[in-house]
Amino acid sequence: MAVVTHHAYLAAEPAAATAAGSPVLSFAWLLFALPLAGAAILLLGGRRTDKWGHLLGTLLPVASFVLAVLILFDLLGRAGDARSVSVPVYEWFTVGGFSAGVDLLVDPLSISFVLLITFVGSLIHVYSIGYMAEDPGRRRFFAYLNLFVAAMLVLVLADNFVLLFLGWEGVGLASYLLIGFWQYKPSAATAAKKAFLINRVGDLGLLVAMMIMFAVLGAISFSEVFAAVPGAGDGILLAVGLLLLLGACGKSAQLPLQAWLLDAMEGPTPVSALIHAATMVTAGVYLIVRAGPIFEAAPVAQTAVVTVGAATMLAGGIIASAKDDIKKSLAGSTMSQIGMMVLAAGLGPVGYVAAIAHLITHGFFKAGLFLGAGSVMHAMNEGVDMRRYGGLAPKMPITFATFGVGYLAIIGVPLLSGWWTKESIISATFGVGGTTGLVLGSAVVLGALLTAFYMSRMVFMTFLGEPRWEEGVHPHESPANMTVPMVLLAIGSLALGAFLMLGDRFATFLAPATGAEVHHFDVAHAFTAPYGLAALVVLVLGVAVAWALYLRKPVVETAPKGNLVTVAASRELYGNEINEGLVMRPGQVLTKALVVIEDKVVDAAVNGLGAGVRDSSSGLGRAQTGFARSYALTMLFGAVIVAATLAVRL
Amino acid sequence: MIPLNTDEGFSGPVVTTQAPTLDWWLLAPFLVVFGAGVLAVLFEAFVPAARRRGLQIAVAFLALLTTFVLFVLQAGSLPEEGATLVAGVLAVDRVVLFFQGTVAVLALISLVLITERRDGRDAFAAQAATVPGSEQERAHIMAGSQHTEVYPLVLFAVLGMFMFPAANDFLTMFIALEVMSLPLYLLCGLARRRRLFSQEAAVKYFLLGAFSSAFFLFGIAMVYGYAGSVNFAEVRAAVENGGAPAFDGGNGEPLMLMGVGLVAIGLLFKVGAVPFHNWKPDVYQGAPTPITALMASCTLVAAFGALLRVFFVPFGGSLELWEPMLWTIAVLTMVVAAIVAVTQRDVKRLLAYSSVVHAGFILTAVVAASTDGLAGAMFYLAAYGFTTLGAFAVLTLVRTRDGGQELGDIERWAGLGRRHPGLAGALSLFLLAFTGIPLTSGFIGKFAVFEAAVAAGATPLVVVGVLSSAVTAFFYIRIIVVMFFRDSEEEGPTVVPAGMLTGGVITVGVAATLTLGVFPGPVLDTLLPSDEAGPEPAAVMVDEASLERTAP
Repeated sequence: MAVVTHHAYLAAEPAAATAAGSPVLSFAWLLFALPLAGAAILLLGGRRTDKWGHLLGTLLPVASFVLAVLILFDLLGRAGDARSVSVPVYEWFTVGGFSAGVDLLVDPLSISFVLLITFVGSLIHVYSIGYMAEDPGRRRFFAYLNLFVAAMLVLVLADNFVLLFLGWEGVGLASYLLIGFWQYKPSAATAAKKAFLINRVGDLGLLVAMMIMFAVLGAISFSEVFAAVPGAGDGILLAVGLLLLLGACGKSAQLPLQAWLLDAMEGPTPVSALIHAATMVTAGVYLIVRAGPIFEAAPVAQTAVVTVGAATMLAGGIIASAKDDIKKSLAGSTMSQIGMMVLAAGLGPVGYVAAIAHLITHGFFKAGLFLGAGSVMHAMNEGVDMRRYGGLAPKMPITFATFGVGYLAIIGVPLLSGWWTKESIISATFGVGGTTGLVLGSAVVLGALLTAFYMSRMVFMTFLGEPRWEEGVHPHESPANMTVPMVLLAIGSLALGAFLMLGDRFATFLAPATGAEVHHFDVAHAFTAPYGLAALVVLVLGVAVAWALYLRKPVVETAPKGNLVTVAASRELYGNEINEGLVMRPGQVLTKALVVIEDKVVDAAVNGLGAGVRDSSSGLGRAQTGFARSYALTMLFGAVIVAATLAVRL
Repeated sequence: MIPLNTDEGFSGPVVTTQAPTLDWWLLAPFLVVFGAGVLAVLFEAFVPAARRRGLQIAVAFLALLTTFVLFVLQAGSLPEEGATLVAGVLAVDRVVLFFQGTVAVLALISLVLITERRDGRDAFAAQAATVPGSEQERAHIMAGSQHTEVYPLVLFAVLGMFMFPAANDFLTMFIALEVMSLPLYLLCGLARRRRLFSQEAAVKYFLLGAFSSAFFLFGIAMVYGYAGSVNFAEVRAAVENGGAPAFDGGNGEPLMLMGVGLVAIGLLFKVGAVPFHNWKPDVYQGAPTPITALMASCTLVAAFGALLRVFFVPFGGSLELWEPMLWTIAVLTMVVAAIVAVTQRDVKRLLAYSSVVHAGFILTAVVAASTDGLAGAMFYLAAYGFTTLGAFAVLTLVRTRDGGQELGDIERWAGLGRRHPGLAGALSLFLLAFTGIPLTSGFIGKFAVFEAAVAAGATPLVVVGVLSSAVTAFFYIRIIVVMFFRDSEEEGPTVVPAGMLTGGVITVGVAATLTLGVFPGPVLDTLLPSDEAGPEPAAVMVDEASLERTAP
């Protein structure tokens, strides 16, 4: 629940007044209320909703998407600087100077996320109807999916950190439920727990950041906090920035909180698609961009953001290159791509548009890739080892085509969606100038090289080459309700980038919300500039290396022992070992120590206090004798107290 | 009207003996309830016993409904500054109307509980005059006798409650106090079951009530001696001018202080503040539960209405004189009652102590002495009234297996939540509201009074209040734990079906507790309009004689 003093803020924000005049915007709360209602109906309705629950669960996010489109048109109908609208939803109470309520912030940034979440989320719902058709827990699955979408929408629509945190926690809860959806599998249960615990570390960062804001800046809503930033001390801003980064790292699986993401593949594949494309991992990028004014005022925190992003981008790429599990390889890819976005977001206003644009196009092709992977797994009796795939293209033409488009988009083949947005990130990084620009730019180009390599490797191992199928596997194309979403996502992967970047449409749209200047995207320059050429060269290089290793030579069915680098990469760069050594074991020792303290000190104190209250209670209770005369005496005693306390003033 | 001041040296307004002009419109609610009460007495005398009950119920409901409608209409048409009635003995402003309207609604709901019958018998003794356990008693029970006098008694008590916060001089206030209390003394002794217990409670209540009235009267004498008047406005003027002209140059302060103290004792007894609270557990437990519900809701509202009026209007100019006293009493009330409640085993007694603690919380708003404090106290009282009515309604349903008397022993409520989830759920909601958990009305009320107290610089008092809340949470939540998380015993209680009436009361309690908790906006805005909304209705009582300190 948002606890904010927003009266002055409402008065100060001219756009706020216009919310009442707009019928569409005043229904913005329905965006998250619809899927939330879906989750409630499916969970509370129980078995009665088994028959139609999945249909309702799909319909509601679609309805949210339709509403989001209407809101988008409403925003487009306004002047550029009037597109930031505060929508009061619920006023709880106002006492004295204190007011508590829920307000939403609808602006180009939040509506971009809303559109991505509801569109891609809806397609994933449709896909799940087919994917989960045989699962006895399908209704529960759809309820959790709806909850996931609703929580994510609350997160991006909040106009203050408290409400954002509510959505943030909701996303954590929903991801826990979904990753552990097949909780009878111990690995799934462990993965869910792991995701939840690592996310808690990040949540703590966000929570402490909010406490500092409330204590020092005296505000918790975006507008008030950002207004207070210029007057705040450098140390405070640095602390808040780093803590927010910690929060972002948890949700977006950035170093050092990345370890949960690969294990999270234990959930059903549509969940992976949802986590990686539309919800969850995008939350960190959103937080960094939304809290832009704080980071811009704390250069050291910005440097930390860029460093974390760059390191994760490379680490993710290396991990993805070594994994034989198709989903884990894709997960590594997500780490890497999100790292790239975080890097761009850490550059400040110049990188915001590039980061968000890449986030959106990535949402399309990554969702398409995951759904494609799910389709392949479906065909392969849920096998995930790419070494036992191969030659699937003729058997699964639609999956191959859509997966292929996603592949071409993510590696950045010119004029496909990924190229436009990746190119703008590269251009923004080099645009920083100096050694920093050069180092960061080179890192991004290196990341692009890795992307080209591991994605080509995946496509070659899965769809091309000789079949290496296990016995009893008869691949087949998936049903229409699975392929249609894949086709729609493939269309987005083809054309969305061009649509967003041509004529600087997206940059112009987003600029008022992020305070960024509009950087013109020059198509010709992107081909001729040195970095543009470099990107093309690494693209070809990555594909060529993958071709040499995985298509020219036959793929062996069991992974070779490998050298030091590949072993490290396939073990996720020892992320789990590091966590266990640095955090888990010391943590267990600390827990044991704390339990002793809890028993011997805290409990003793609390129990002692309780016993003290109880003793004094029976002592004082003795005054309640039941005799009217003793009551009268007590009153007389009271009269003495009254007299004495009045006499003080004599 | 007797001229209260004939002293020629007195320069203030002199009340003369000309016939007062009566504002019938504003007087109507008093007259309706009074008329209905008189009518009901006549029914007792002239209507055959068999037809009395229906008639009495009809008259009582009609009268209370009418007065409530009148209060609402008056609130719409009343001038901002309010009005005085009957040559200035009564004063009506929006604040008073709020208290009266709240009393009317809560009394209506209590009346529903009072009319409820189980197996054709209500909660009252067949014939109160018979010796408990005697042949005559049995004969009356067999004959199906009943005390329909309950209804006129309730009407007269309610009349007193309407007058109590509306009184504009000390004598009228004293009369209102007695009109309110005397019927209640009788009603307390009318329980059908455990009659000796009930009669004991009535006698105790009467004795101690008389004792406190004596204090109150003595206080009035002192105030009159100091100010030369019992009229609120004149007392206030006298306080501001350093006493009546009789004290020209002399020191009348001690007399004034004695008056404040003694009057305060009388009022603090009625709200049940420590150490004037001892009657509450015994009386609440002994009285028939519907009457307990009436006292816990309506009496508390009326008594606080009067207390706020006395401290804000006649004594409003001498804030610094009585502030330490109320601080002390508020702290004592919040701490002692919360601690004593911890070891209570009987739910009814527990709710009695809970009522005492709540009185302590509301006293922090009195100490705040601001419009915010006044509004907070008003919201708190209304919210608490609905919740407590619901809680007592639940209590009337839980009974022993043999004999069917109410079973208050908490330990024996184990497992109630599993067998009657709806009932236990409703009670749990009420208990959470008493604790002050967000999204219940109790939270908003507590927040409002504490906020006002902090704004007025009484932060230490709020710290005590929050700590006391923490202690109270222990015993409220213990009931929930017993009901839901402990295995039921063989000797568990039986739950009689709620029926339309009691079920309706519980439903209203749940609805009010949730509505005032989730959407308190409309009510709070009425009580506490924002700055740009013009003059504040809630401020009228204070405006009448603006307090020395309105802002910290």
